[in-house]
Amino acid sequence: MKGSEIFLESLKREGVEVMFGYPGGQVLPIFDSLYDSDIKFILTRHEQGAAHAADGYARATGKVGVCLATSGPGATNLVTGIANAYMDSIPMVAITGQVKSFLIGNDAFQEADVTGITRPITKHNYLVKDVKDLARIIREAFYIASTGRPGPVLIDIPSDIQLMDAEFIWPKNVEIRSYNPTLFGHPGQIKKAAKLIAAAKKPIIYAGGGVITSGAHKELKMLAEKINAPLTWTLMGIGAFPATHELSLGMLGMHGTAYANHAIMESDLIIAVGARFDDRVTGRLDAFAPYAKIIHIDVDPSSISKNVNVHIPIVGDAKNILIELLRDIKKVPNTCDWLKTVEGWKKKYPLVYKNDGALKPQYIIEQIYEVTEGDAIITTEVGQNQMWAAQWYKYTAPRTFISSGGLGTMGFGLPAAMGVKIGCPDKTVFDIAGDGSIQMNIQELMTCVANKINVKIAILNNGYLGMVRQWQELFYKRRYSQVDITSPDFVKLAESYGCVGIRVTKKEEVRPALEKAIATDNTVMIDFKVEPEENVFPMVPAGQAINQFIGGLA
Amino acid sequence: MVFVICAYFEFWALVFDIEFFRERTKMRHTISVLVENKFGVLARIAGLFSARGYNIASLAVSETLDPAISYMTIVVEAKDAKILEQIKKQLNKLIDVITITDFTKKEHVDRELVLARVKYSSKDKSKLENVFKKYVGKIIQHKADVAIIEAVGEGVQIKSLLDELSKFEIQELVRTGKLAINN
Repeated sequence: MKGSEIFLESLKREGVEVMFGYPGGQVLPIFDSLYDSDIKFILTRHEQGAAHAADGYARATGKVGVCLATSGPGATNLVTGIANAYMDSIPMVAITGQVKSFLIGNDAFQEADVTGITRPITKHNYLVKDVKDLARIIREAFYIASTGRPGPVLIDIPSDIQLMDAEFIWPKNVEIRSYNPTLFGHPGQIKKAAKLIAAAKKPIIYAGGGVITSGAHKELKMLAEKINAPLTWTLMGIGAFPATHELSLGMLGMHGTAYANHAIMESDLIIAVGARFDDRVTGRLDAFAPYAKIIHIDVDPSSISKNVNVHIPIVGDAKNILIELLRDIKKVPNTCDWLKTVEGWKKKYPLVYKNDGALKPQYIIEQIYEVTEGDAIITTEVGQNQMWAAQWYKYTAPRTFISSGGLGTMGFGLPAAMGVKIGCPDKTVFDIAGDGSIQMNIQELMTCVANKINVKIAILNNGYLGMVRQWQELFYKRRYSQVDITSPDFVKLAESYGCVGIRVTKKEEVRPALEKAIATDNTVMIDFKVEPEENVFPMVPAGQAINQFIGGLA
Repeated sequence: MVFVICAYFEFWALVFDIEFFRERTKMRHTISVLVENKFGVLARIAGLFSARGYNIASLAVSETLDPAISYMTIVVEAKDAKILEQIKKQLNKLIDVITITDFTKKEHVDRELVLARVKYSSKDKSKLENVFKKYVGKIIQHKADVAIIEAVGEGVQIKSLLDELSKFEIQELVRTGKLAINN
């Protein structure tokens, strides 16, 4: 079998149904073999789009996303997408062509040291030097990408290796002596945690993306209900717990709800599940949750006590640990008074916006929630659109909020939405975008149309790079520097790509436009001309304690 | 083939015994890392340190009895126990890292090899030979007024040897960095 055929056969063995990518000189053998393959291939219009689409597919389905690009510029165009997946622990395998093995290091045409470039942004990477290693490497790559704390793995395959013959031997097992992720928590630690929970008066659960990765959302809900503790989540944890639940406090942190932040600051016990105490969550570290003991459940030992000191670390898979913890909790704390206090904050500092006659972005998101009956999958770009999408849509199921958390990649939402729609064809998929972000990967509209990937794009068009403008307004005396972003006529643009474009300038047009978009069997782009200087509130300035709000409705 | 990167602070601390340099040496920890002997592994380790802002004071790498495995002795600078913990955890996350041993609170033996080119006159010859009576070291060769010397020892011995050698004119001095082994 030729290397390129071994490659495709290995992908099939791994259950790969779809790949996103772009051809080029050093992957010609693979594309030639692909001609006869039944693996679906989505030709994007830019390699970055392919990486984000694979990432979105992985987030929505839980399967490993696969993207493919040629050497040199093809590979470097994947880099942002790989870094994005790395920061959010998304299982992804990126395959790149490389110049012929004997040319490596010669500054050959379209050569780049891709394993070198991606070393700090991949969980692991490989340069294939012998065709006999190819099947084993692919097997290992999928295993590493999808186990433990997941992450992207890159395989760089020189084009001569793709043409070489070898016997296809699919390894039965993966044996990597130096890689053994911890699956089960230490029983002694879990018992200690159960005791601490029983003794708590003001417990709070803080859920992160790890809950979704591990599929621990049911156990999380059982825990919250069993110990009657309020629950808050990170941006990555959205969907881990139903936002409609009475114990839900919404998101915490810089743009979290005031009541979630007050609750975590006043708590005496934080049960962190699959979250990593990121700076956008903790605010000023030495002022974070001064009265709280911390139980930290995480699959990655290096997340423990990295930012905050943890009293009871439990390393392992969140689902396994929560099952054990639920079994070990014999006595539940009495949280009646605590829940009353929390309820008081909810009443005193509700999440609100001034819903006057103007076209408000928050209103649009609420309407998307209502029209889709909360059953859509939402992707976002990065900035104000992302924060409003996190605050104003009520997510009730995991894998329904797809957003670039750690890296904060503008241009993520549209290609990610394509990947989501391919993975979940029966779902309505909305990309909530800004007028700045959408222009960063606008070319993927063509991919949507060409492949009949029916996604809906809601552009919250305020004429600004809104989040940067907000910071300039609040912290730089309204000296608006390079934040006026002009856009093309999005309706005409959509039409020229073969999509449907709708413009909305008034509040009463929102609902009909959304209904039309959902009813249309095509990609639809809605250009919402929203209030230009609307801000995302509440807001905690960077470096402040997270109960120090500004601009305040809170 | 021993591969060496040697940093400066320890050297100057030993030569001048200045408080500042001493402070720098206090935060040093010796760890050993067993890694898969594959291309790119050293780059992964070095990249991890630079990406996360950790400092390597010295690093010595070579193959073990099992040619598939390499042994690295790394002297790291960590201002507190938390950072040392992070360094170990982050190293452990690298797929090619097999095990890590922290010698901070563990009995071990460590040694370092020093090579130096020293200028001397015939009247210094006996002085130089006298110096080496106290250390594991010798004059390997001398040509005209230049001698090449070697010495092996643990940190304290190397420090005092360097003190004594400072009476001579050292033209160049190279060190392997520390090698450490469990006992």
